Amino acid sequence: MISGTMTEEAPKHRKRAMADLNIGCPMADLKQTPLHAMHTDLGAKMVPFAGYDMPVQYPMGVMKEHIHTREHAGLFDVSHMGQVIIRAKSGDVRDAALELERLVPMNIADLGENRQRYAFFTNDKGGILDDLMVANRGDHLFLVVNAACKEDDILHLRAHLLDSCDIEVITDRALIALQGPASEAALSRLSDDVAAMCFMDVATTQIMGAECWVSRSGYTGEDGYEISVPNDKAVEVAAALLAMEEVAPIGLGARDSLRLEAGLCLYGNDIDTTTTPVEADLKWAIQKARRAGGDREGGFIGADAILAQFEKGADHKRVGIKPEGRAPMRQGTVLFADETSANPIGEITSGGFGPSFEGPVSMGYVPVEFSNIGTQVFADVRGKRMPATVHDLPFIPANFKR
Amino acid sequence: MKFTEEHEWLRPEGDVVVVGITEHAAEALGEIVFVELPEADTEVSKDDDAVVIESVKAASDILAPLDGTIVEVNEALVENPGLINEDPMEGAWFFKMKLNDPSEMDGLLDENAYKALIG
Repeated sequence: MISGTMTEEAPKHRKRAMADLNIGCPMADLKQTPLHAMHTDLGAKMVPFAGYDMPVQYPMGVMKEHIHTREHAGLFDVSHMGQVIIRAKSGDVRDAALELERLVPMNIADLGENRQRYAFFTNDKGGILDDLMVANRGDHLFLVVNAACKEDDILHLRAHLLDSCDIEVITDRALIALQGPASEAALSRLSDDVAAMCFMDVATTQIMGAECWVSRSGYTGEDGYEISVPNDKAVEVAAALLAMEEVAPIGLGARDSLRLEAGLCLYGNDIDTTTTPVEADLKWAIQKARRAGGDREGGFIGADAILAQFEKGADHKRVGIKPEGRAPMRQGTVLFADETSANPIGEITSGGFGPSFEGPVSMGYVPVEFSNIGTQVFADVRGKRMPATVHDLPFIPANFKR
Repeated sequence: MKFTEEHEWLRPEGDVVVVGITEHAAEALGEIVFVELPEADTEVSKDDDAVVIESVKAASDILAPLDGTIVEVNEALVENPGLINEDPMEGAWFFKMKLNDPSEMDGLLDENAYKALIG
């Protein structure tokens, strides 16, 4: 039963008997982040995730870690994610931005200095190859991409941008997320520069003598920061934060329940190469400049498919789904229009228990005619049809410093 | 008290046995958030799905440890699934069953054998 451990890796079909408890043996070839020893010293339970040996939870446990993050501040090791710098050979960051715009349907060229934006790489069918953050750091772009996709992302960037840009993969930096309402107070003890930052600002600041690249963003729906810190200072910075009363270490388990309540997509679950931005309800992430009639309309991979879908709409759409009972509806759970029909209408792509919502929460895809808030659907849970309601996202209101 | 390789414990109580999951299993599962119990008076065969529990991580099945009839279930768990994490070996029993052949208990693990299993 416990073998799958991470929600992300939970098998789509049940039959997890108790004897499976001991399967999660460590694999020899897993990579480690610079904070690995700290996790084990803190008593973390480690699991394989995207090729890394990562903490899924600490002794506090998933539920308390989740609540602690929403009420105080949580520290997450996200060093497994990819950090990439793009520099235009011309030296002008705008040239790098225009080049990157061939791969993402976002307005990167007008992204202000020291600002960050959510983006995704698209394929020629309009599907999503990965989602990422792009920051304008003055003379270069700084990208943070998903761990599981980073090798492919780097190949993709090199394949398309190598003539005009230098692509530098950052391997000498850890990435630490500090999330929750007390994040500003905590990080301000180590840096004078971070309190003035607003949501999606980026800055370079000295923390304990190390040059850190900080963004005011995250993956929990809470205020907070992501801190790119040199590998050799990562433990020192993390330890200084963890020594503060309001900061606790948080594992991947709570990271997943936090982002799910916040309505944020997990690449591989909620979005992938078979889902388009329109279907995934991510139209908001495509700025006007890249849409039909915009200054730089189209011009990205999959533009024809995506802009056409903008016009006529998609057949199905990602929505929040609230199970009416107490039973969580997890990834792979099939959805039906009613209690008896044999034809599935959709599927849950992420689901679990929401500790702050105090009940089960899910998201998934349904036909647009079922996508209005309050629409009832039925899910097959262990052979029984259980009612659920299409629910507004996020489940828990965001708490950003705008 | 006897144990199964599926991390259940069985404690004889009069002419029935009380069944729960071990502390080791409860800890490994993480916080339990949902429990679905069988109906009382259900006949079960060994390895039938008897109980579903969902933790913050995943769903798991509790299997019937032996052939018999479930005679009583612990309804308190439905309202308070967290009891399984708090008191797995006593208060958070799942069901009581009458065994078809009580001598089958002898084939289960004793405490030392279970401890050896979980290392």
